[in-house]
Parts: sequence; C-alpha cells; structure tokens
Amino acid sequence: MSNRFTRRGVIKTGAVAGGALALPTIFTSQARAFTNEPTGDTVTLGFNVPQSGAYADEGADQLRAYELAVEHLNGTGADNGMLETFKYADGSPTALTGNGILGKRVEYVTGDTQTNTDAARASARSMIEKDGATLITGGSSSGPAVAVQALCQEAGVIFMAGLTHANDTTGKDKRANGFRHFFNSYMSGAALAPVLEAAYGNDRKAYYLTADYNWGYTTEQAITEATEAMGWETVNKVLTPVGQGDFSSYITPVLQSGADTLVLVHYGGDMVNSLTNAVQFGLREAQANGKDFQIIVPLFSRLMARGAGENIKGIFGSTNWHWSLPDEGSQAFTRSFGTKYGFPPSQAAHTVYCQTLLYADAVERAGSFNPCAVVEALETGDGLPGIDSPSNTGFVFDGLGNGPTLYRAGDHQCFKDVLVVKGKEEPESEFDLLEIVEVTPTEQVWYEPDHPQFAGGQLGECNPGA
Amino acid sequence: MLGLNRKDLILFLIVVGLVVFAPFILNPFPEDSGLARFNAGYPDLMQRFVIFGIFAIGFNILFGLTGYLSFGHAAFLGIGSYAGVWMMKLLTVNIVPAIIASIVVAGVFSLVIGFICLRRSGIYFSILTLAFAQMAFALAYSVLTPITAGESGLQLSLNDPRILEAGGGSSIPAANFFGLTMRDGFEWALGGWVFTFNFGYYFCALLMLVAFYVSIRIFRSPFGMMLRAVKSNQQRMNYTGLNPKPYTLAAFVISGMYAGLAGGLMVAVDPLAGADRMFWTASGEVVLMTILGGAGTLIGPVLGAGMIKYFENIFSRLNERDLNALYDFLPDGLQGVAVSVSQMFVGDGWLLTLGLMFMLVVIFLPGGLVEGGQRVSRLFRRRKKTKTDDPEHHPQPSPHVGE
Repeated sequence: MSNRFTRRGVIKTGAVAGGALALPTIFTSQARAFTNEPTGDTVTLGFNVPQSGAYADEGADQLRAYELAVEHLNGTGADNGMLETFKYADGSPTALTGNGILGKRVEYVTGDTQTNTDAARASARSMIEKDGATLITGGSSSGPAVAVQALCQEAGVIFMAGLTHANDTTGKDKRANGFRHFFNSYMSGAALAPVLEAAYGNDRKAYYLTADYNWGYTTEQAITEATEAMGWETVNKVLTPVGQGDFSSYITPVLQSGADTLVLVHYGGDMVNSLTNAVQFGLREAQANGKDFQIIVPLFSRLMARGAGENIKGIFGSTNWHWSLPDEGSQAFTRSFGTKYGFPPSQAAHTVYCQTLLYADAVERAGSFNPCAVVEALETGDGLPGIDSPSNTGFVFDGLGNGPTLYRAGDHQCFKDVLVVKGKEEPESEFDLLEIVEVTPTEQVWYEPDHPQFAGGQLGECNPGA
Repeated sequence: MLGLNRKDLILFLIVVGLVVFAPFILNPFPEDSGLARFNAGYPDLMQRFVIFGIFAIGFNILFGLTGYLSFGHAAFLGIGSYAGVWMMKLLTVNIVPAIIASIVVAGVFSLVIGFICLRRSGIYFSILTLAFAQMAFALAYSVLTPITAGESGLQLSLNDPRILEAGGGSSIPAANFFGLTMRDGFEWALGGWVFTFNFGYYFCALLMLVAFYVSIRIFRSPFGMMLRAVKSNQQRMNYTGLNPKPYTLAAFVISGMYAGLAGGLMVAVDPLAGADRMFWTASGEVVLMTILGGAGTLIGPVLGAGMIKYFENIFSRLNERDLNALYDFLPDGLQGVAVSVSQMFVGDGWLLTLGLMFMLVVIFLPGGLVEGGQRVSRLFRRRKKTKTDDPEHHPQPSPHVGE
C-alpha cells in the first residue's frame, strides 16, 4: 500500500470535491424565469413618489391612494373602491376579488424620488434589488418618469408612470416595460384648442412663459401647434428657470409685447407663483388689441389650484381627472378615499390608484407576474370603438373614471377622455376649486404613434430580466 | 511591497479585505429578520459606496493635501457621466471607452476651470468653483438640452449609432466589460442569509482599489509633500523660490479626473446621466464625506462616503411600519413614543440625523471618523507603549477650511 492516500490528503480532496459539487446548488444565479419572481405568499410593489421637494404634495397624495389600492386588492379596506366598477370592454367584471394578486397578499415598499432623476433611479434600484419589487410605479414629474422607465426596462420589471405629462414618456423615450395612464401635452393642446376658440375667438396673440425643461418644451410645442392651427398668433416664447420664486421680471414685458393672451406653461409651485405675479400686475383687468387680456394654464391640478387661491378663478386649463366627475367609478373612488382620509383625492391619487388596479388585473389575466406576460395582457385587445385607425389596438376597460379607456399597444399611452376645466368662480370648499367645462372625447385627442411630436423612439421588446 | 511601507501596506490590505468581502460585511442580518431593513449588501448601494469612495479619495487629494476647498467638484462627476454615456451611445456599450473618455474629458474641464479658479485662494476659490459648477448644472439642465437631454437625463436608446458594434437587435444591449454584464452577478443563499455578488460592483471595486493605491503613492511622494507645503504656508513657499501654482493645478486636475472616473463608473453600472448629480448639493456632499471621514487621511474619505451613502439609502427609506417592527419588544405605550421620536430621524428626516452626526464629529472628533478609530485603538494600546503617535496618520492641526 503506497502512502499516496494520506489521511490529510484524502480529507483535502474530499473537501474540494464536496465544495465543487455543492457549487451549482448554492449559486442560485439565473434560476428564476424573470426578475423578482415572487416565490412566497406575498408580492411586493414599489411605490416611488416624491416625498420631498417641489412635488411633495402630489407624492403624499399618491401614497395615500397606493395604500388604499393595496387595501382594496387585499380585501382589507372599508369598501372595495373601484374594484366594484372596474370592467372589461364587454362589460364583464374583472378578475380582481380582493384576494391579493394571484392569491398572493400585496406588500409594498416606498421610496423618495426627490423629483430628481438620480435619486429616483437609486430608490427604484434598491426596490428592485433589495426588496424584490415586481412593479415600480409613481412619480410626479417627467424627468424621473423617463429615467425610471428606462431602468425598469433594463432590470426587467414593469413600470407604471405616475403623473407625467411630457410627450417624451410615451414618445421618444417610450419603453416596452413602461405604461402611462396620465394624458400628455399633445392631448392638452388638442382638448384645449376648441374650448379656447369658443371662449376667446380665433384671433389672439399669445405670449408663452415656459418652464425651462423637457415637459415645458413639449407642452409649449403642443399648445402652440394646436392654437396656431385655429388662427392664433404666437408673439413670443420665454423660457423661465424652474423653481423661480418671483416671476415679476418675466411678466412686465408681456403687456408691452402686443400680446393679448398669456400662456403659463408652469407646473406646481412655479405656476402658483407666476400666476400670482401675473394677477398682481393687473393682467386680468388689462386690455390689449381691444380685447380683455386672458391667461391660460395648460395643465391644472387641484393642489395647484389650492395654492393659487383666488387667482385661479375663470382660468382655463386641462386635467386628467377630477373628483366631481359623475360616473360610477369616480364616485366610488372619491367615496372610499374620502372615507379613509377625510378629503377628496387629487388627479395624482386617481392616476396611481388606477395603475395599481390595472397592473393587478393584468397579472391575473396573464396568470403570471412575468413582465412580458403582463405587457402582453395590456397590449392585447380590440381597441376603442369609433376610432378608425390601424394603431387602435390594446387593452380596453371601463369604470375607472374617464369612460372607456385604451392602453394603446403601439406606444403604451393611455387614451381616454380629457377634461377641460376652469377655475370655479364661487367655490364651495377648499377642494371644490375647478369646474369641468368640457369632457373632450377620445377621438378628438387621438394621434398616431408616429406623430411628429412623438417621433424618434422605439418601444423595443419587453425584458423579463433573467 | 508595492512601494508601500509596512503601515500603508496594512492599511491597503485592510481596504482590499473590506472591499472584497463587502457582500458579507454589509449583509449581517438574515433575510427574514426585522433587521434586514438595515442590510446594505445589494448591488446598487455597494456600487455607490465604492464609486463615491473614488470621488471622495480624489477630492481629498485636493482638499486634504492642499487645503483648497472646491465647492464645485460634482461638475466633474457630471461631465464624466455625460462623456461616458455619449461614448456608449456613439461607440459601444463596452464600458472601457466610456470610462477612458470620462476621465479625459473631466481632466480637460478641470484643467480649464482649475486654471481660472486657482488664481484666487481661500473663500474666493471656493466661490469661483461653486459658480462654475452651478453654470455647468444650468447648462446641462436646460441650455444644452440637445446634448444632455436636460431634466430627464441622457440615456441610451435603440437608435444610437454604436459604430463599434454589430447593429440590429430589438432591445438596448446592457453595459458590459468585454461581455461581462455589469448588471449580472450571482447570489449565494447560506442559511437565512442571501449574499449578492455583482460584477458591476467588483469592477468598480477594482478601480477603487487602484485609485486608493495611487492616492497612497501621491500622499507619500515628494509631490504630495509639496502639496502639504502649499497647505501649511503658501507665502513661505513663495519666498523659498517655489511656485505653488503648478502643484495646486496638478492636484486640481488629478482630483477632477478622479471625479470623472467616478462619473464614468456611475454610468457604467447604470447608464443614465442626469443633471441633478451636478447640483451644488452634490458638491457639498463630497465635502461632507471628506470631513466626516477625516480630511487629509487616506482612508477617511472612503469611510465618510460609505457612511453618507448608507444614511441616504437606508435611513431615508425607513417608514413607520419598519419602526413599529423594530420597537416591537417594547410595551405598547413606550413603543408609540419610541416610534414617534425616531420618526423624526428617518424617512425624509435622514438629513437631520446626518446633520447631528456631522456636528458631533466636527465638535468632538475634528479629525473625523479616523480620529475616532485612532482614539479607540490608543485606549487599548496605551499600556503597551507610551509613544504611538504616527505623524503621517495623525490629522494635521486643522487650519481654517477656507485657507
């Protein structure tokens, strides 16, 4: 017997061999079919909203709506909210029964986007990598929305953009894993133009003050094109820095410019400040070109209206949804939100609530949390009736406010009625500040995915991650 | 070994150990325990630790050695990021050209900006750098939108030319290092623990070790000595016939290139360059990192960077539910009180926590965390020998930061 097999040698070899055998079992590298496949009895959703910064109010309202949506999905809420009214195109009720998603209880994590692309992405990445979220949703600005949408595409999870209005989100920066429920700049222009024409005529000279970033540019472009098409003239476009506290120096030249209409392409606190300045400078009482001077704010929200107070009265703008809508879905949502929190929801809250339900329903219909299955579930459908277009395909549903709604397969933009609103002259409460002037039907805000304002992007293919 | 003396070699090896075993060190709590909220061992945060470590090491070469307090270093980080993304858009998603370009472009910018700003010292220098950084931010945020994509950030798209790559494909290729995808990695489940090993992290970590090594060599070189001379008394240096300007400019450019490298790595692991990372708060953050860790020390900035990023990413995401779970062992009434008090310091109150820590460190440990560590170790070593002072690792008697 040779002494090649020493005791020590055998033990060493055995340990190495054992380790090598164990390796494939301990490195569970690509065992999953897709990113963050939920394996336990819960599924985690990531709610990524601005909790600090300029849009913190919207973020707080979104979080309230998310909590409500999770309660409704898990069946632990005081009522079932829009789960009761949410219907498919054929009028049949959805698969959601208040039993979680695919029988898994819904858990959630929250993060702060700080309305900052880097912070939003960091927060979303930690939700995906640390908490195992299968859906990232929320946000109140287009920059973070575009950034996080691209991240979700790379990581292989679904992204449901929150409040993002710039054309780019479903235009040049669209991604297969991302969906937008909110309306966009183009739709604002298309919905506002006829109302403005009826109210102010087709011979106006407009002056634009535009927030100096992407959303400002696309919205300015959309409104300019829509109003110029009906005969208005654009006198001047001035870019203003974001977060400018005082807009006086921008308002002063307006009256001397020969314009008789001021369009404030501002959002949030900027809009509150610029509108207040404009009113203080007497623009609303002024006369120009023999007409009353008018102010227009393309994108309104109730939170902004509250900030601007008195000054908002009689000013036209567009909005995605308003709690005073009479349909069954809107009322059910307003009721359950109001019962839980004591005041009516904002459009930001409505948007994210709907998206959470839509995601849950898409997963139920797909029978899987696989992002590609979810994308397919949201892309499959006959489209909206009454619109003759080859791109009119995608999932259609009703009962979430705004009437029959399409998630268009071609660019993952949502198509539904757009509201044109006006600051109420005699508000009854601090939440009753906007009155609906017109519900613009979907046909009127329809565009093709290759419309010049949206050109330049490709959806690509959905990415399941693994 | 490696041209380092024993003490530096040990320090370097400690850093190597920390970096290599970070996935274990940062995940001390089992997955299903309530404390798992405090785990930091996930790819995004680990990458941030080393990337901001590089940024702070570079900043420390300027601030720690020469005493010139730049308040605009984030501009170089951002410029590096934009250069990196453009390389990935134009050439290839292989990160090598991106990282080289980010270092070079940031170096060129820091040469120009440094040449102008270094005409003044002290507070004027700080203000000048701050002004340049804010100009860079404003340009990136709006004026140069066609180049920087403005608010939404510059990112890859399917239509990019990527001339060094075979075209086609219906999805954007992932950033990689000769086929090693930055996003990929593997997990190791061991008992209740799950450890994540991410290629992107190890790539950044390797570069951080190189950066750290270079920084040690600079600290110990005659060039480093000249930089210290600039800090201690520039006039005296002038009188001895030495012109400090080339030395300070060289230090400025080197630290600008470090920032560019950090920016390039940021886009290598997460290909998006946003203007927000050039905002003045980001410049302030690296100053905090360096001072918190210990300005002028070798390892201090790395510790400071880790600390701030940990607070930013872990404490800011704790919410009421987590606190309730954390204080579950207390009786009900006490739990309520503990939760409501702690709530001020977590979530969006994390800056308050950081501010308090910063105050405590600056007041009681002017040499930063490094001084804290030294005091503890001296406490244990006092019995053995009386004289342990190491002039190299001891914080300098700190002059006014604006000097």
